[in-house]
Parts: sequence; C-alpha cells; structure tokens
Amino acid sequence: MAKMNLLQAINNALDIAMAKSDKVYSFGEDTGAFGGVFRATSGLTEKYGRHRNFNTPLVEQGILGFANGLASQGSYAIAEIQFGDYIFPAFDQIVNESAKFRYRSGNEFDVGGLTIRTPYGGGIAGGHYHSQSPEAYFAHTPGLKIVMPRNPYMAKGLLLSAIFDKNPVLFMEPKRLYRASVGEVPEEEYTLELGKADVVKEGKDITVLAWGAQVEMAEKAAEMAANDGIDCEVIDLVSILPWDVETVAESVRKTGRLVITQEAPITGGFASEVAATIQDECFLYLESPIARVCGLDTPYPLSHEKEYFVDHLKVYEAIKASMTY
Amino acid sequence: MAKDKQHQLDIVTKPQFIDGSALKIPMLQILAEDGTIRKGAEQPEMDKELALKIFDTMQFIRILDERMIAAQRQGRISFYLSSLGEEAASIGSAAALSDQDMIMGQYREQGALAFRGFTVEQFMNQLFSNERDLGKGRQMPVHYGCAELNFMTIASPLATQIPQATGYAYGQKMDKSGNCTICYFGEGAASEGDFHAALNMAAVYKVPAIFFCRNNGYAISTPSQGEQYAGDGIAPRGVAYGMKTIRVDGNDVFAVYQATQLARKLAVEENEPVLIEGMSYRMAGHSTSDDPTGYRTREEENAWRAKDPVVRFQKWLQNQGWISEEEAQQNYDEKKAAVLAALKSAETVPVPHIDEIIEDVYDTPPKHLKKQLEALKAHIRKYPEAYPKTASRIDGGDK
Repeated sequence: MAKMNLLQAINNALDIAMAKSDKVYSFGEDTGAFGGVFRATSGLTEKYGRHRNFNTPLVEQGILGFANGLASQGSYAIAEIQFGDYIFPAFDQIVNESAKFRYRSGNEFDVGGLTIRTPYGGGIAGGHYHSQSPEAYFAHTPGLKIVMPRNPYMAKGLLLSAIFDKNPVLFMEPKRLYRASVGEVPEEEYTLELGKADVVKEGKDITVLAWGAQVEMAEKAAEMAANDGIDCEVIDLVSILPWDVETVAESVRKTGRLVITQEAPITGGFASEVAATIQDECFLYLESPIARVCGLDTPYPLSHEKEYFVDHLKVYEAIKASMTY
Repeated sequence: MAKDKQHQLDIVTKPQFIDGSALKIPMLQILAEDGTIRKGAEQPEMDKELALKIFDTMQFIRILDERMIAAQRQGRISFYLSSLGEEAASIGSAAALSDQDMIMGQYREQGALAFRGFTVEQFMNQLFSNERDLGKGRQMPVHYGCAELNFMTIASPLATQIPQATGYAYGQKMDKSGNCTICYFGEGAASEGDFHAALNMAAVYKVPAIFFCRNNGYAISTPSQGEQYAGDGIAPRGVAYGMKTIRVDGNDVFAVYQATQLARKLAVEENEPVLIEGMSYRMAGHSTSDDPTGYRTREEENAWRAKDPVVRFQKWLQNQGWISEEEAQQNYDEKKAAVLAALKSAETVPVPHIDEIIEDVYDTPPKHLKKQLEALKAHIRKYPEAYPKTASRIDGGDK
C-alpha cells in the first residue's frame, strides 16, 4: 500500500496499463512530456516514449476521431479531454461513432479499447467553463459506459477496468479532489467492477445516493444527520451507465427513503433518471417522495459558486425534510 | 534576404498579401476522353488480368447501381446511393492497394468494396437488411462493412471517418504492419471540422494514410465551386497542412491508379500521408430521395457524360485488343442476370431475429437491456399482427 492522491492513483493506473501492453496509447492536449495541465500523465513519455504518450493538436473532435480509429485498429486508446467542459466538439465522435461502432457494424468492428478521461465538476473557482458535470448528456447514449470515481483507490481500480474493458468508457475524474483526496492505494494492479455501486456506509433510516466528488457531501451530511439520530445508508453509484439498479433499489426497499445528490443542474440530470426508476421499482416501499439535491438550472456561476455549490448542508436539509415528511 | 530565426521565415519590409488563388494545382490526366493515352503521359504498368478485373468491377457496379435504383422505385428497398460516374475514382484507387490496407469509405465507394471481393449476395443481403447481412440489418442500404476484406463499416455522419483514418493509420505505423489506410470522402465533407482535424493530425504524426477526396461537383444540391468553397478546391488544403498533395482526373482510371500507387509508396515506405483530389461528377442524384433536375441542367450532365470513366476505359481496352464490344456486352448481360438472381433471393430472406436488437450495444447485453427485450417480446406476442416481420419467429426461431 502507498499513500496517493487521486491524480497519483490515475497516473499509477496509466503506468501499469502501459507497462502491461505496448498497444496502450495515451494522448491529449499537453499530455505529452509536460504531463498534462493537471499532471495526470507525467513521467509516461519518459518511460514509454513519445509515440506511446503524446501531445495532440488542439482539437477535441480530432482527438476523439483519432482515438476511435486507433481503437478500431485493435489498440487501447486513452484520450484525455483537458476539461469536461471542452468535450462538446467531440460529442459527435463520441455519440455517433464510439457508442455505435460495434452495433452499426454487426460486431464486424468495435472501439472497445477506447477510454476517454476527462476532469469534471466544480468547487474550484472555475466559472462556467471549468466546472460542469456533463455526465447526463452521455448517459442518454446506449453503447457507452460512464464511470465517476470518488477517491484514489476507486480511481485506480476503475481506470484499469475501463482501459481493458471491451467497450468504450467515459471516465470522469473529480478535479476538485485531484489533490484533496488522499488515501491508501495498493501499488500492484487491481481492478474494480464497472456497473457496480458501492455501499459506503450502511444505515437503516434513509438512503443517500451520490457519485464522484458529491459522495463526500453525502458522507458529511450523513455524519450531521447521525447527530440527530438519523441512520443514513450512503451509496456511491460509481457507474452512471450501465447503473446498478439492484443495489439502490434493495437499499430503498430497506430504508423507504431516498435522497439523490448531483453537482449538475437538476433538470434532465441523472438524478432524475434514478428517481424515475426507483419509484417504479420501490413504489410501495416509499415513505416519502424521492428528493433530488442538485445544482440550480443556471450556468455554473463564479462569484456565487459557494451558494450554487451542492454542499453537505443542502444534502443534510433534504435528509431531514425526507425524514419528517 | 533577412531571416526570422525562431520561425525560420524570410522577412519582408513591404506589406505583401498572398492572393487566395495563388496556388493553382494542376490535374493529372493520362487517359484522354477518347480513350487514348495523352501525349507525354506515361501509362502505368497494368497487366491484362488487372485491367479486366477493374473493368469487370466497373461494369458490375454500374449494373448494381442501376438495378437498385429501380428496386427502390418499385418499393423493394427503402433507399439507395448510386456511384454512377465515379467508378474510376473508387475502383482505380482500390486497385493500387494491398488487400491488407484498410479502406474507410463515405458511402459512394461500393466499387472499392466490390474490387476487394464482396460478393453480389453480400451486397444484396445488406441492401435488404436481412438476417444474412454482416451488419445485422441495422443500417440503411449502402452502409456496407466487412472486417475480412478490411473495409470499415460505413456511417452516415459525414467526415467522421477521416480523423479515424488518421488514428487507424497511426496504429498500423506503430505495429510496423507495412500497410496503410485509404479514406474516401466528398468535397462537401471536406468542409466539416473533422476533415481539418484529420489532415492536420496526420501530417503532424506522419501516418501512412491516403486521403482521397472525390470532388464530384455537388453536395446534394450545393455546387462545389463558389458555394461549397471559394478557393481552388480541396487540394491546396493538403499543402497548407504540410502534406504531399496531388490532383487527378477522377474519371481517368490510369491517373487515379498511378497517383494512388505512388501515394501508397510514400505512405508505407516514408510514413508520408498524402491527399489526392479526384475531379469527377456525380452523374446520378445524391440518393434516391434527391432529384437533380431542380438544381442543374441537362447540358451540364451531358457535358460530363462525354467524360464517362467506364466508356473511356472500355475504349482503351478495345484499342488494346483485350476485350471486344461483343465480349463486353456478354459480360454485362451475365452480370445483370447474376444481380437480378441475387436480388430476388435476398428479398425472401427474413430480417434478423428480434433477439438481435440488444446484441452488440455492448460486448454482452447488460441486465437492463435484457429486461427491455423481454418486455418488448411480451408486447409483440400480444399484438403479433402489428409486428409481422418478427412475431412469427419470436419463440424458438434460430436463436
């Protein structure tokens, strides 16, 4: 075991993957010898050469087009999009190409070797264009897998699974936690199952569901609620697509209550999808309406970031409201 | 002349604009419109067997296109895209490649696919979206693909295949495969961002890719000159990206063949990507949903008919004594009979089993898709008459 922050865990996973197969390539804007603006790819060019870890020209649609082609050739292509906010020029390549490659060809071709890494989320004074959480756009696209880790241990194991998974995976990294989240991480290779939620804390009164950086807020809110005698079950969804309906439904059948929290705006967000499915699965078990604690339906503001941010206090209030409904 | 060292530029002291038309790229033509070799041109080496295979493929594609447009008009298939007039561009270039080279097409390269050996039955199975289609009946007609023949499955979105070709070729280079990727697209698609991303990245990474632009004069109804672009077509863009570039007469099979052969050598031996612009004309409508009489004249079409790539090549073959008019006609009749027979046969093959609807979304169907399939099947069982194509085989069937 070693102490690593989330960035180091990601760098370590990339290192292991590149050592494992010389068909693994890592690339993106500034990700070459410089190591990326967050340093996630640092040291990889030195170790594996500038043909394995390299810079791309500044063109997201090109990065994903290139990555799709490279993956369809049988390589493992790990493409970094510098910020989730800048993934949209590549939307067509991801939605119409990566996601449909296998289906449209009748399995003649696939881009299973593709992994898209991108930092997402707010709380870093990033304003509109360095704070968004765009997972819901992609969750509407059959053929993709979407994963959002919450800490270094999860990040390493999930990224290694994502790289060698036989499907294209969008791996969204909580940049607020890049250096803030530190934990014990095994130095050797290990994988964590995609599509499987993680029960972070068991409880019997209410289920609190989150993913990525927002799990931290759910945990803090649960601690506050514990002081009021409320026993929260905290679940990290981990995978947005496909998502683990069973684990969440089983928990809600036990607790009868569900609070879902996400960073992204509330309307059309993934919390809405979870709420719809769980009311369908657990209708007769529900003691109160399923609550969504999410971002406002505004662009991500700069000077009002603190107010906009879905902090633990907002989640705590939703827990109390649900308990006293 | 003074130099700027950092950018390695000559320094001038008076403002000097380069005219947008300063770079005029000439067009290679070897086979003249009358079927003779142009004076001063060198005919590429081509033995009788290859020449006749090219001609055979041209004839086959012409018949296939004609019959399938008719089949669409009769309501037997939903849609069709003809490559009429552009046969030399796709077949002549495919003939210059190795069978192991990857082909990434747009949707008018059926000639290249036929040259590789896709059978008439395989064409028909795709066109009728039946259960024998390699693509499992999931895409509109003409969206062919075949891993065995190194022909990447066609997708409708324009230009997406171009940066993919750069990536595919990068993998070929890293694997030291000795192969290249050829990527076809139209002059309209060259306006898309993906085109520019692809060429820039290919030049930067020095990948073994051949970008083949079929400049056929129209993007549906939009004419190329003046409405799609203001400059000298697509070729100068290759130069701007620092790439070896050539423009050829796309209706001249020898010019296409020679340029592609040389481009392949550059790509595979020197890791030099190449842009080829083949000047041609889309003789048919964009698709069966399009009527060109609304945007161009018969005179214009007739002028291009005189440059017909298949007629031109046939004249040359006859001059060589490699085929006679009677033999050509006999071949034509035989192929037509084969196309009609395959069409009739493919038409009666059922659509894929309903279970296929959730296959290949992922490598294995996840739980939620299995659940959705079961719900769908329960519904079909309840209203079988509303879903006649699948209801009769819903239970048992061939799965």
